[in-house]
Amino acid sequence: MRIRISHATTYRYDTPPNSVIQMLRLTPRNHNGQYVVSWRVDLSEDCLLHQHEDAFGNISHFFTAEGPFRELSVAVEGEVDTHDTKSVVSGAVERFPPGMYLRETALTQPDAAIVDFADSARTGTGSDPLGLLHGLMTALNREITFDIDPTQSSTTAAEAFALRRGVCQDLTHIFIAAARQLGIPARYVGGHFYRVDGVTAQDAGHAWVEAYVEHLGWVGFDPTNGIGTTEAHVRVAIGLDYLGAAPVRGTRFGGSGETLKVAVHVDQARQQAQN
Amino acid sequence: MSAAFDEMKEADGGVRPAYSELSRWLKEVPPDVLDYRRREAELLFRRIGITFAVYGEADAQERLIPFDVIPRIMSGAEWRLLEKGLTQRVKALNLFIKDIYGAREILRAGVVPDDLVFRNPAFRPEMSGQSVPHDIFIHIAGIDIVRVDADTFYVLEDNARTPSGVSYMLENREIMMRLFPELFARHRIAPVENYPDQLLATLKSVAPERVARDPNVVMLTPGVYNSAYYEHSFLADKLGVELVEGRDLFVKDEFVYMRTTQGPRKVDVIYRRIDDDFIDPLTFRPDSALGVAGLMSAYQAGNVTMANAVGTGIADDKAVYSFMPAVVKFYLGEEPLLKNVPTWRCREEEHLAYVLEHLHELVVKEVHGSGGYGMLIGPAASKIAIEQFRLKLKAAPKNFIAQPTLALSTCPTCVEQGVAPRHVDLRPFVLTGSKGTRIVPGGLTRVAMKEGSLVVNSSQGGGTKDTWVLDG
Repeated sequence: MRIRISHATTYRYDTPPNSVIQMLRLTPRNHNGQYVVSWRVDLSEDCLLHQHEDAFGNISHFFTAEGPFRELSVAVEGEVDTHDTKSVVSGAVERFPPGMYLRETALTQPDAAIVDFADSARTGTGSDPLGLLHGLMTALNREITFDIDPTQSSTTAAEAFALRRGVCQDLTHIFIAAARQLGIPARYVGGHFYRVDGVTAQDAGHAWVEAYVEHLGWVGFDPTNGIGTTEAHVRVAIGLDYLGAAPVRGTRFGGSGETLKVAVHVDQARQQAQN
Repeated sequence: MSAAFDEMKEADGGVRPAYSELSRWLKEVPPDVLDYRRREAELLFRRIGITFAVYGEADAQERLIPFDVIPRIMSGAEWRLLEKGLTQRVKALNLFIKDIYGAREILRAGVVPDDLVFRNPAFRPEMSGQSVPHDIFIHIAGIDIVRVDADTFYVLEDNARTPSGVSYMLENREIMMRLFPELFARHRIAPVENYPDQLLATLKSVAPERVARDPNVVMLTPGVYNSAYYEHSFLADKLGVELVEGRDLFVKDEFVYMRTTQGPRKVDVIYRRIDDDFIDPLTFRPDSALGVAGLMSAYQAGNVTMANAVGTGIADDKAVYSFMPAVVKFYLGEEPLLKNVPTWRCREEEHLAYVLEHLHELVVKEVHGSGGYGMLIGPAASKIAIEQFRLKLKAAPKNFIAQPTLALSTCPTCVEQGVAPRHVDLRPFVLTGSKGTRIVPGGLTRVAMKEGSLVVNSSQGGGTKDTWVLDG
């Protein structure tokens, strides 16, 4: 499937800032199920964009924009060819052994409730890790109500689990916390999802989990949609949690009254007629 | 626990050579004079304003660390032994840090277990694959040394994160010279006053290779509320470098600048006294207001040196410590010159079983702990305290290590009843730059002021002494 993605982040300020510095993880890389056909990053301000590869193998960009400006936009767009690999992610840049992804982070620290939840998933499905992970995903998808209101980007897995509500980030964090609790390496994936229902305009990127299964490798689980990852998933960045894969992290110096608008479009690319 | 080694007196009552002058002087000096000088020293410390804050004590704003006017003395030969051992140890530590963030050879060889590194909170995955200027990660190390007999020194702890205490070493010497000129006249003592020059030279030597001009070094502090702020301002002053907080610096196009009244000035080397977690809100804790946004991008681009490097704190981990003899052998192919205290790793089942059986005779410490907080000294603990600790240990064994209770050496110390032996340790400061390793002779001697106490940490009521290394 060829998927066309555009992702624009626009900040508006009542009082213009003196400067803004940001780190972006908005650029996908290839793996065996995904080939980046074209990709570009555009900033509304004229400034240098420095590209790095971070320690996890993500492509990151840094820029400093000097004010004053009333509006700052960071836009990426491009096309990615994907195909179904039965949720197994291979050929990606791997900088760490899977065991590193057992590390706990502040956002994915399990509390007693998550420990119980993980244990009950194990009791329900036995010791086959793949079955266990599918069990976790189904249970989470059933128990957590998708709701954009009560949680924020700083909400922890434990907080979201207590609410039984949240967005894809929260479901992903809970899944990661539970999987690591069960001794299964798990990581956060930020990316995009093409919806078969024809809705192309989304107000945020998507997030899901990759868990490491012996003899199979990294396997993608999307607890929000209750499915293993498919050719509809475009993988952009990985991390131990949201903070490690966040599309944008930044700091503003001066200015006030900031409002943020995110516009994401994910659609099938039109087949261009050659003749 | 056997009787402690007395650094001044032989078992037969004779005086060890390094202390012969001091012993004579102690006999000559009238007690009231000693007492007077002691009060004078306290007055001087107060006037200088050298204080520290103890975390978790509501009433303790700023406290004075007790200073003992009787110096601790080492012979030149003893020091040379230590110096060689320290140099070897820090060299190995540096290679270890470089390796775990680079080729990971020691993990592949199975010398240090993977999970001890990868799941260690002090390991910084963000540093993986990152090279640092001149391949030096630990520019300033504070290695805590204890002595148990005439020839045996143990390393008790490695401090490679942000070791503190060097200001006390310098102040103690200055005050001693002021109060006891006659004692200095009777000894040939190796100087420590050149530490700031050596530190500055070390820091400049590790500036990014491409910096052609005289490197601009700054000292980055979390600010006045930090317990070691006094030391930060003291050292910045001695070094003649700017003392800055995160808000005084900014990053643009992968270079770090300092805001000055004459406009931005490029920064090449940051002697940072801020923990990794707080150093850059774009990479680490996003809520940190202490750090510099984007600093890690400048670091990654090789445009700034941080001393110490980010991620060195893993060397302070006490379970990692327990592997140091093997680490030294792995990288240097040499036997370690300084001993490690035998250590049981409670993360290992057999070790844990032993520790639980012998709690009453062991010292149990948190692997990530420091400052003497959260540890159990079995022989000194009540039954209740031991049982409470047992529960803590069982709940999270991998957070603890245990060691035999060492009989730390003692030095003569001024106490209420006159002069009496008290247990001491030593923190020498090891500087590593592109031109090699330097250690000023001596370091900070910490002394447990209470009779029989083995806890020398200032947060637990420990004091300090001037440390003399005799020339020749």
